[in-house]
Amino acid sequence: MGYVLAVTTLWRREIVRFLRQRNRIVGALGTPLVFWLLIGSGLGSSFRSSGFPGGERYLEYSFPGTLALILLFTSIFSTISIIEDRQTGFLQSVLVAPVRRSAITLGKVLGSSSLALVQALIFLTLAPTVGIGLTPGKVVLLCGILFLIAFELSAIGYFIAWKMDSTQGFHAIMNLFLMPMWLLSGSFFPASGAPAWLRWLVHANPLTYGIAAVRRALYLGHVQSAPDLPPFGLCLTVTALFAALAFAAATLVASQPAR
Amino acid sequence: MTVSLAVEVENLSYSYPPARRGADPRTALRGVSFSVRAGEIFGLLGPNGGGKTTLFKLLCTLLLPTSGRAKINSLDTRASANEIRRQLGVAFQSPSLDKKLSVEENVLHHGHLYGLRGNELKRRIQTVLERFRLQDRSKEIVETLSGGMCRRVELAKAMLHRPRVLLLDEPSTGLDPGARRDLWDHLKMLREAGDVTVLLTTHLMEEAAECDRLALLHLGQVVALGTPGELVSQIGGDVVTVRVGNPQPLAGEIRNRFGVTPAILDGSIRIECREGHKFIPQLVESFPGQIQSISMGKPTLEDVFIQRTGHRIDE
Repeated sequence: MGYVLAVTTLWRREIVRFLRQRNRIVGALGTPLVFWLLIGSGLGSSFRSSGFPGGERYLEYSFPGTLALILLFTSIFSTISIIEDRQTGFLQSVLVAPVRRSAITLGKVLGSSSLALVQALIFLTLAPTVGIGLTPGKVVLLCGILFLIAFELSAIGYFIAWKMDSTQGFHAIMNLFLMPMWLLSGSFFPASGAPAWLRWLVHANPLTYGIAAVRRALYLGHVQSAPDLPPFGLCLTVTALFAALAFAAATLVASQPAR
Repeated sequence: MTVSLAVEVENLSYSYPPARRGADPRTALRGVSFSVRAGEIFGLLGPNGGGKTTLFKLLCTLLLPTSGRAKINSLDTRASANEIRRQLGVAFQSPSLDKKLSVEENVLHHGHLYGLRGNELKRRIQTVLERFRLQDRSKEIVETLSGGMCRRVELAKAMLHRPRVLLLDEPSTGLDPGARRDLWDHLKMLREAGDVTVLLTTHLMEEAAECDRLALLHLGQVVALGTPGELVSQIGGDVVTVRVGNPQPLAGEIRNRFGVTPAILDGSIRIECREGHKFIPQLVESFPGQIQSISMGKPTLEDVFIQRTGHRIDE
């Protein structure tokens, strides 16, 4: 009971904090939108010539990847706040409270995944503009998948941020590790045309399976649009497993005694 | 009757890991031992860097001892951190509030973390906010509050869940005199009520003098332990302070002539003696024209600290 109460209260704090910082909302939703429109429109013509299955346009191809980018930005920016919490001293009062470390981790990770999910869903309403039809069934399914990906990314962010003492350090790691993870997930270009070593990296990247699951859910019933994607079941299993693994790692690192 | 102990510290040492490879670990506490009886207001007095904050972090389970042990209500901080946390109320010296939240929200989240909820929690929030004169500010966002106001929220938070042991790190820092008096009135009220033990750190003499018992901490060691009265009475009689232009040679002469051990602090000569009122005339007559001013006082805790360490506390 105390566990749930602690998780809920820490989750609520994340939401309230986010809503009180308007610029975070603009940044997390606006940046991927601008990326999508600029890159999607700019690269669109060159991609059309190389031929996409079903004559898919690049704006349409990069739509699921942009959803993932929104999840990535929001999750990461909210988990960075653990560094801020440590610097402002808020964290120390949570650490001396009779609360399990997994509850502290869960509150933070759930908070940032909820925020990420809501923003991704706002973006999802644009799907029909690129010819992707939405049905209630699809939206429910997508909610689940997007939440899993957000949870996974938040837990990874938390894991990285826990030991850091500056947000600058986090940005460096983010550019080195998390952005390539997104680039190599089939969000930005399909693995099929890439060199073998890159294809291998794409297949080893857990986010690939998340994006593939989103793609499959968006085109539910249209099999022809996903010829070389891993099967749906595998996508969901890998995503769920990796989310659990990332959460376990985040809790573990937070449970170590302080230096 | 055996007195129950709320805090037991036995031969406690702590070293921070080296800042870089090859560097030496920084030892912050060296074999500290003392105990605090249930219901006491116990003070840790010492200069910044004396080890107070490290000791504080060890007691509130944020750090684990390098060696030795610390117990809260007979529970070892190493083995029973979670049970201990339930019984502790902690106010850190550095702020621990969420600046984007209101006063009330901060206290509310805190209550939830300690398993409080519903009407009971609402009632308690009401009570602590009133006690620290915050009820009119409860809806304000913390980042708009003054430093002193934040300290009060901090203290309100620490007491919300009615802890059995209160740990307060420099509780008066940033409080104006009125709020400081309020805090002490409240601490004394808690002491009268009987079941709360207070352990606080301070570098302020006036505050230390209010405590039931004190440990003086210097360079990671306890240099004196006792009630403020006991500590002060260890210095025999009076303290005479002599201001002169050049203290060094005169101090030597005073030592030779009177067989006392003068200390030099801030350019003044400081002498402990049994009967100051008899000593002063002799001193002035012995060194005519050399003394700019001379004063006598009853020893204070500062004098105890100086006697034990050779340093002022705020150096």
